[in-house]
Order: sequence, then C-alpha cells, then structure tokens
Amino acid sequence: MFGRSYSFKWFGIELLAFLLALVFLSPFYFVIVNSFKSFAELLTDTAGLPGVLHAENYVNAWKALNYPQAFKNTLIITIFSNLGLIIISSMAAYRLVRNKSRMNRILFSMFMLAMVIPFQSIMIPMVKMFGWVNLMNTFTGVVIAYMGMGVSFTLFLYSSFIIAIPKEIEESAVVDGCTPYGTFFRIIVPLLKPMTVTVLVLNSLWIWNDFLLPMLVLQKPGLQTIQTATSSLFGQYMTQWDLALAVLVMGMIPVMILFFMAQRHVIQGIADGAVKG
Amino acid sequence: MDNNRASINMHPVLERSSKLERGSTVKRWISSQWMQQAFFIGPAILFYSIVIAIPFFFGIYYSMTSWDGVSGNAVWVGLNNFSTIFLKDPEFGQSFWFTTRFTLTAVILNNVIGFALAYLLSLPLKSRSAIRTIFFLPNVLGGLVLGFIWQFILVQGFPGIGKLTNLSFFNLPWLGTEATAYWALIIVSVWQGAGYLMVIYIAGLANVPKDLIEASVIDGAGKWQILKNIIIPLIMPTVTVCLFISISWTFKMFDLNYSLTSGGPYGSTESVAMNIYNEAFGNNRYGLGTAKALIFFVAVTFITLIQVKLTKSREVEM
Repeated sequence: MFGRSYSFKWFGIELLAFLLALVFLSPFYFVIVNSFKSFAELLTDTAGLPGVLHAENYVNAWKALNYPQAFKNTLIITIFSNLGLIIISSMAAYRLVRNKSRMNRILFSMFMLAMVIPFQSIMIPMVKMFGWVNLMNTFTGVVIAYMGMGVSFTLFLYSSFIIAIPKEIEESAVVDGCTPYGTFFRIIVPLLKPMTVTVLVLNSLWIWNDFLLPMLVLQKPGLQTIQTATSSLFGQYMTQWDLALAVLVMGMIPVMILFFMAQRHVIQGIADGAVKG
Repeated sequence: MDNNRASINMHPVLERSSKLERGSTVKRWISSQWMQQAFFIGPAILFYSIVIAIPFFFGIYYSMTSWDGVSGNAVWVGLNNFSTIFLKDPEFGQSFWFTTRFTLTAVILNNVIGFALAYLLSLPLKSRSAIRTIFFLPNVLGGLVLGFIWQFILVQGFPGIGKLTNLSFFNLPWLGTEATAYWALIIVSVWQGAGYLMVIYIAGLANVPKDLIEASVIDGAGKWQILKNIIIPLIMPTVTVCLFISISWTFKMFDLNYSLTSGGPYGSTESVAMNIYNEAFGNNRYGLGTAKALIFFVAVTFITLIQVKLTKSREVEM
C-alpha cells in the first residue's frame, strides 16, 4: 500500500516534469511544423500539422540564404577563432599559473577584468581601428576580434584546470632534460585535452551564434555568416512566413547537430566553468 | 629540437646548471625567464590589447570628441557629450530605466525557475537526463534566432491558439503595446536562460552533503525547512555565480532585443546596448555613442561589484 502510493507520487512528479518539457519544446514545434506549410495554410491553421509537406520552402530558403556560402563562412570563422583561442589561452594560462610573479598576478587580474567590459564599450573604436588597418570585411578581422574577446574566459578555464595538475609531472620532465617549451608542448598540452574539448564546444557555440560582430565587420554580401544572413532575410521576408521559417530552421540545424553530438561536454563544461568561478 | 634533446640527455645535470657555465648564449637566451614570458603570454596580451585594451582607451578619448562616422573628424568637446546625454537625451534615460527594470524581473524569474527546474531534476526521475536536455535546448541557439522564433509565435502562433481555446492570454497584441512587449521579452529571456542556470544549480545541488539532509530529516525538519535552512545557505556560492551570469546577460541584452521588438513599440523596449548601437551606427554619432558606452561600462562594473559583494557575504563556509 505504502509502496504503491509512493510510486504514484513519483509518477506524478515525472509527469509534471514531462509536461513542463513539452511547454519548453512547443516553440520549436510551431516553427518546424509551419515551415512545411503553404502560406495560406499557415495563416488559417497555425497550430495543426501540415496537410501537405511543402519542401519547396526549404529549396527557396536554401537559395535565398546562399546557404553553402554562409555555412562555409561561419565554419571558417569558427574554426580559426577556436584554434587561435586554444593556442594563445592555454600557453598564457600555463605561464600565469606556474610563474606567479607579481607582474603575472597583475596580468591575470587584467585578463579577468575584461570579462566585465561590455562589447558595446569597445565596438565603436574597434570598428574604426579595423578600418585603418584594412581589416573591415575580412575574416581575419573577425577572427582577431574573437580571439581578443574570448581570450579572458578561455584563459580562465584553462588556468583553473592547470592548477589541478600536480607540479611533480613537470619537475620530472625538467630533470629528464625537457626545456620549458618542451615541457609545455609534450607534457602539459596532452593533459589539457579534456579542458580543450570543453573550451572548443563552449567557444564554438558562442562564435557560431554571435551576431553583432559579424554584422558590424562583414558588410559585403558574399561574407555573410548564417546569423547575419538569417537576420537580413528574416527582415526582408517578414510578411512571407513560409519562407522566413524555413530560413530560421536551416539556421538552427548545424548548431543543433553540434549540441547533440557534444551534449555531455556542453553541460559538463558549463557546470565546471561556473563552479570554478 | 632533437639535437637539443640528445645533448641534454647526455649531461642532464650539467645542462641544468648551465646558467653558471659557458653554454650556448642562444640557448640561454631562449630559455631565459624573459623569453618564456614573451613566448607564453605575449600572444594573449597582443590580442587582448588590440581588441580590448586599445579600443577601450580610444573609447574614453572619443567620448570627449564630436566624432561622427561620416567626416571622420574628431574635435575635442570635453564633457559636452555627457551633459548632452544627461540633460538633452531622455531616450537614453528611458532605455536605462527599461534595462534596469527588465534585468531585475528577468534575473529573478530566471533564477527562481532555473533553481526550481534543477530541484525537480535532482529528484530520482527516470527520464531526467532527457528532460534536462530539453530545458537546456533553447540556450543552444543564439538570441537572434530565439527572437525571430518568438516573433512568429507571438504574431502568428498565439492568435492561432487563441482562436482554438478562446483564452484572452493568447489574444493579446503581444508586440503591440508597451506592457506586453516588455513581458514578451521576459518570457523569451527566461525560456533562453533558465535551462542554463538549471545546469549550474544542478551541479551546486549535487555538492550538498546527503548526510546533512538525512540528519535534518531525522530531526524532524520539513521539506520547506530543509530547503530554506540547509540547501539554500549551502548553495550560496552557486547563487552568486548564477546571479553574476544572468545579470550580465540581461543587462547587456542586444540580439534578442534586436530581433524580437527592435526596441518597439515607440522605443519603449530599447535596451541600453541597443541605444548605443543606434546612436553610433544608426545616427552616425560615434562620439556620443562612445560616451554612452562609457557610462554603460561604469554601470555594468558597479552593478557587478555590488552584487558579488552582497552575495559573497551571505555564503556559508562548510
């Protein structure tokens, strides 16, 4: 008797959680379902399933977005920014953690301070400076900007990880004749792998979804990222929901795939990053 | 590199004390502290300077000029921009007030709901990892896309449900009036952020010692008492982090604002970040824009400091 009421209670809680999850999912349902409808059907019956699947919405969206181009642009920016961030942040974090001179303590707080500075406080002069040195409308410019903006957080994640690596490992490497550089690249870098995966996933989500920076720096048509292309098309086709929604779904797909592939790392990374903060 | 290693392998001890002996000067120079400092930290400082430090200080200078985006001339005007902002620009004040109100509501709701979801999913439910993923899902997409999704839902989806159910909640002109547009932004912001905070709260809850809770159950404490007197004080460090993160998101909100309401109706939901953007890139008044950005920076720093101080003082040492 007791056991039965107990499991009944748990079933109720489970059901509640499940219903809440459905509420959270419902916006996705609306967008996906309606992206397959004809415009007329979408207006008269928004909540129901589509009568006929109008896949041509996606064909049109593919062309309008110039999808392969936008995808390639976003991918290039994301890959190179990530690569740069991993290299410069892990090296700096190593030195700052292992060599706590007064200067390095100051440098560390300087990096941490940058996490408070809003993007709005640097964007206007930054765009101006990029204009002076011909970095406007280049991927190099965007990658440099992401490296500067992301270095603080990435360095912070790496340093919290390096602190936990026992010093004895490096000391024995030095005794075996490793130079400081060899110690870092041969001993420390392989040990950093779990944190590198976390950094990679978190920074990829950020860079892939970022909108304002590419909008400011990449203003020529062929340079659009998925975000900026989505934004300009959505504005343009606002009255044409069938096309606008297909555009939206196509913008969502790559990042969703990334998330489901690396789900464990995303969630673990967020929890770790926050707890160590 | 290999040569280097071979020679080191032969005389490990000698090599280490080579600083005193007459080893190769180049090698000594390469492994000097100064060189190591430059090699390891140099690149990070370089990018930090180009992207953060130099533009930031330029911004302080430009905030005292009449720089516009068209002629490119920056004439020194002292503190004129600041007096213009405070005395002649009620819109900036309004956007500041909106952002403050929005941050307050969104942060409270985000954290309460994020914590509630975490508490729910800390219970031994069968499907909890799947449900956790679902709650987190909106956060995977950027604010821009989320804003567009909800624009469709509020403009087209809600009236559709309204027709079926006759609930007046769904028939409101969501993006048409000031009050509803404000709440529309709050709803989307909670939908976006609660799952993220939930992940952090779950990690925090997992660190609360089980025996402490069991002991208080034996002592006859109720569920509510355990939550209020044991769990919440013990997870105050997590609360600090979550407040920090959510304040920083909502106070700096741009993407969502841009795509969902564009500041409308009649500029009533224009965030500070968006006001700065419009001033600089819409009106081409860069000097004024940088001055606003500087005020914004001071406000962000001030709020962050106060918040960290307040919550840190409430943390309990284990």
